[in-house]
Amino acid sequence: MADNTPAERVPTVVVDGVDIVYRVNGTGAGRGSATAALNRILRRKKSEKASGVRRVHAVKNVSFVAYRGEAIGLIGTNGSGKSTLLKAVAGLLPVENGRIHTDGQPSLLGVNAALMNDLTGERNVYLGGLAMGMSRAQIKERYQDIVDFSGINDKGDFITLPMRTYSSGMSARLRFSIAAAKDHDVLLVDEALATGDRSFQKRSEERIRELRKHAGTVFLVSHSNKSIRDTCDRVLWLERGELRMDGPTEEVLKEYEKFTGGPDKAAKPKAAPKAAPKPAAGADSDAKAAPGTKVSA
Amino acid sequence: MSQVLDTPPPTAAAAAPAEHDLAALAARHGLSVSGARPSLPTYVRQLWARRHFIGAFSTAKLTAQYSQAKLGQVWQVMTPLLNAAVYYFIFGMLMNTSHGVEDFVPFLVTGVFVWTFTQSSIMAGTRAISGNLGLVRALHFPRAALPVSFCLQQLQQLMFSMAALVVILLAFGVPPGPSWLLAVPALVLQFVFNAGVALVMARVGSKIPDMAQLMPFLLRTWMYASGVMFSIHHMTGPDSDLPSWVGPLLQVNPAVVYIDLMRFALIDSFGGDMLPSHVWAMALGWALVAGIGGFIYFWKAEETYGRG
Repeated sequence: MADNTPAERVPTVVVDGVDIVYRVNGTGAGRGSATAALNRILRRKKSEKASGVRRVHAVKNVSFVAYRGEAIGLIGTNGSGKSTLLKAVAGLLPVENGRIHTDGQPSLLGVNAALMNDLTGERNVYLGGLAMGMSRAQIKERYQDIVDFSGINDKGDFITLPMRTYSSGMSARLRFSIAAAKDHDVLLVDEALATGDRSFQKRSEERIRELRKHAGTVFLVSHSNKSIRDTCDRVLWLERGELRMDGPTEEVLKEYEKFTGGPDKAAKPKAAPKAAPKPAAGADSDAKAAPGTKVSA
Repeated sequence: MSQVLDTPPPTAAAAAPAEHDLAALAARHGLSVSGARPSLPTYVRQLWARRHFIGAFSTAKLTAQYSQAKLGQVWQVMTPLLNAAVYYFIFGMLMNTSHGVEDFVPFLVTGVFVWTFTQSSIMAGTRAISGNLGLVRALHFPRAALPVSFCLQQLQQLMFSMAALVVILLAFGVPPGPSWLLAVPALVLQFVFNAGVALVMARVGSKIPDMAQLMPFLLRTWMYASGVMFSIHHMTGPDSDLPSWVGPLLQVNPAVVYIDLMRFALIDSFGGDMLPSHVWAMALGWALVAGIGGFIYFWKAEETYGRG
């Protein structure tokens, strides 16, 4: 860690014994049957399990403190609760128990969900920017940078075409460019580095480093141990929703690589389905559709 | 997942945080609780700060709606016109409900358009949170922006309908007059009312997704009680065989209030004597009750909408 003198360290995110539970309707015994549904209505207070509501305990009693100037990597196998924890830190997902205290408003890097495929790239730049809380003037000022950075117009005038005509790589690039156009206090990045082709990945890594300079604290969720090594000085390892390790990057990554049985998981294709599919799969299916190329929403 | 939950994994050297009392540490450095509900005045300010997003989002939704159709935005006007034609065919020609109503076609079309505004606003409100969980879980903004934005989209849609309506009115020989200006305050009040109900339904729908299945039936019942295709004034007149309490009850109905106000404003033969009593007071009252009440009701659950 860069800074070890306790007197000077200013906490920016304090996560205090946090549990996060998803409730999923219509699963388990008697999936979707009428009697199960009736049971659910009649006995909702008594037993969630008997009535077909499954509780998925995604994050269990996690505590940590993040300090200003830190870049923290979140690692763990698929479905271990990394993205869920990140969303809770951003204040987007309510916690079941515990509290999360933050300095300012942490923001998740990603605008997927606000964009509309039927609109042109140009209108989506404005829509995404406004959704992130930028003013029209700010967007106008950065518009050209966003388009240039995305490289959408390298192969012709694509920015004036609807986003549904873009290839998945192209739209992922545009999404990242829009999301990265804003400065953040506490920045949360979810696997954004796996975006686009190699040259764009390099550019986006650079941009994240740049954002890091302006941001107080950065969290990075990634399956690429290399990008974690490159960007983070501290790593939290989540496994099955529990905080398994918290420490300097090298130490934790060594244990993690031992656990996953390989020096670098970056080479492993990420196409494998998540061990625990998120209950929200229906809602953000658009975000999950292309696991390899997403900027998580 | 269940087997994962049942067997807790072996916990390795989980480094415990150095600080014992994390809450005290957070308090000492003045950190705020993430995802906490802001106070009502702050919430209003935040919502106002996002007004450009609300506008852009509703316009974008409206544009995206027909962007794949060959005729494109022409459908904005075509859809309400076709709707009016269908109702005219069924209620005007087949069932001949028009008995006793002058200028029946303008009467009917005004009713249909004004009702559709309320109906679609409430339907959109019901799905505003539950249908946009991805957005709610990705970005920070006052969640009320979503239902309000959907209502604004319906208002824009109504503007296209009103343009079509003006054409129909002129075609059927209804003369334009200064009373047409009354349509503006009537619409503003109706919009506030719609937004309020949409906010209530957004919160209900976010907790009970089944409401989206139920609402069409409730709304259809409401429509038939609102005199969209027939005249409540004639139905509850002195020579009707309905019990005497039905008339006043039907006329308090906010949908009737807003529909009749619009008819009064636009159609000459729909005179003031056909309006419910104290109609402007009721229009204002409904708007205030639904608008303020709905907003507060929605705000009360602000921090929970991400859970879905």
